[in-house]
Amino acid sequence: MTALVLAEHDNAELKPATLNAVTAASQLGGDVHVLVAGSGAQAVADAAARIAGVSVVLLADDASYGNRLAENIAPLIVSLAGDYDAIVAPTTTSGKNILPRVAAQLDVAQISDVMKVESADTFVRPIYAGNALATVQSTDSKKVMTVRGTGFPAAAATGGSAEIRTIAAAANPGNSRFVGAELAKSDRPELTAAKIIVSGGRGMGSSGAFSIIESLADKLGAAVGASRAAVDAGFISNDHQVGQTGKIVAPQLYIAVGISGAIQHLAGMKDSKVIVAINKDEEAPIFQIADYGLVADLFQAVPELEKAL
Amino acid sequence: MKILVPVKRVIDYNVKARVKADKTGVDLANVKMSMNPFDEIAVEEAIRKKEAGQAEEIIAVSIGPAQAQETLRTALAMGADRAILIQTDDIVEPLAVAKLLKAVVDAEQPGLVILGKQAIDDDSNQTGQMLAALLGWPQGTFASIVKVVGDGIEVTREVDGGLETVALTLPAIVTTDLRLNEPRYASLPNIMKAKKKQLDVKTAADYGVDISPRLKTLKVEEPAKRAGGIKVKTIEELVDKLKNEAGVI
Repeated sequence: MTALVLAEHDNAELKPATLNAVTAASQLGGDVHVLVAGSGAQAVADAAARIAGVSVVLLADDASYGNRLAENIAPLIVSLAGDYDAIVAPTTTSGKNILPRVAAQLDVAQISDVMKVESADTFVRPIYAGNALATVQSTDSKKVMTVRGTGFPAAAATGGSAEIRTIAAAANPGNSRFVGAELAKSDRPELTAAKIIVSGGRGMGSSGAFSIIESLADKLGAAVGASRAAVDAGFISNDHQVGQTGKIVAPQLYIAVGISGAIQHLAGMKDSKVIVAINKDEEAPIFQIADYGLVADLFQAVPELEKAL
Repeated sequence: MKILVPVKRVIDYNVKARVKADKTGVDLANVKMSMNPFDEIAVEEAIRKKEAGQAEEIIAVSIGPAQAQETLRTALAMGADRAILIQTDDIVEPLAVAKLLKAVVDAEQPGLVILGKQAIDDDSNQTGQMLAALLGWPQGTFASIVKVVGDGIEVTREVDGGLETVALTLPAIVTTDLRLNEPRYASLPNIMKAKKKQLDVKTAADYGVDISPRLKTLKVEEPAKRAGGIKVKTIEELVDKLKNEAGVI
């Protein structure tokens, strides 16, 4: 039993989501190898080799993998799949983009967003926006799965000394091309790795008003999140969205400001350890799951909270 | 160019799913069902491409029970030209859906297939990517902008870090994210007209596709409920609780 984990990275840095995926893969009960497909990604491979519990790192370094196009990376994974019993990727936009393409080419079902590994073939995953948890058993000989970061503790980033094997690139189908990206630059922690998150919703009313959320977040060393309503209204960019189809988070502290608490938003944050809700509508559903609720005008309460810390 | 738009009949997005007492699944009896919201966005995008003169025909296809005809009629009322129902009462997993859709693509030869990025019932987020793999086509997933540029398309995608844009050759697969467009409501005259549009009913066997599931659902349970919290009256009380009771700041 050997599992191959697809590393999440940007050619320069290994992303923490990889560490949770390594833990999930190790729970399958065998060896764990990591695939780094990138361009100029030696440093990422070196970092992957230091992850505790990883025995082999495969480095496919080629210009065609520089932007992680699914059309190029999926055939590479398929070409390696013969040696593996399981292919695992974190539930990131990259993992979600690439892995079903691999599963279909291997003619196996993918198990999406696994929260818990029961055994080498049985897994728990959320359905219906997390309002139900399905325990599913795979009858395929090879398992292909994406795993939810919040379901598995991060493997230690250091302490391992895996062998790095350089492998050749697979044929590039040449039907897709990276044009460009507009990536948010921020000194704040990443949403999915943050210990504290301050999130704003429709109640913020404008993009300008988000500055009080950002200011509170900076005081707390927190990440900034948002509900779909806030993103749709253009108050803040999509990479901040927490929810069923956005990012799934489970920080120590989640402060929901001006968020009513639609089921789609709750799906993304209800596993947080402590939830605080600040909303002027005392009937807002968010109060049903909040540990501490404050019925107040957020424009007064948020600056006041920042001052009180 | 033809555009194929697969649509799924799912629990309405405003309804909270309830797990059945015998833990075999989610109770869908007497529950409001609607078109998967991401699929509505897909239908809308196809219509906009047709309105812009970039497509000639829109074919909606659904895989599901007889009632999925209503979902297809909704797509037709929005502006799709004709519809195909592959009728089955079985659970059809994304891989089998992708195989059926490949068979429809082989028969209809569309230049573009636009799908919702995920269905809000099983939350799999697989079908578009799997269809792309089976066809050997490129994929623009989680799309927030789709532009026809020359012989191909440019798709701006919502990714974890922000947005990225890819250029794809045609034919291609697109899966929709929330901010691609705002779907229109069907007007009453269009709802009436939709009743007369062509809707073919087929079976999986007509396409020679084996749809037997690969996953066995052993049980479906409700997640652990959060214990109810308290309301605090002041910021001072909140800060005190966070520091001394919860110990999170």
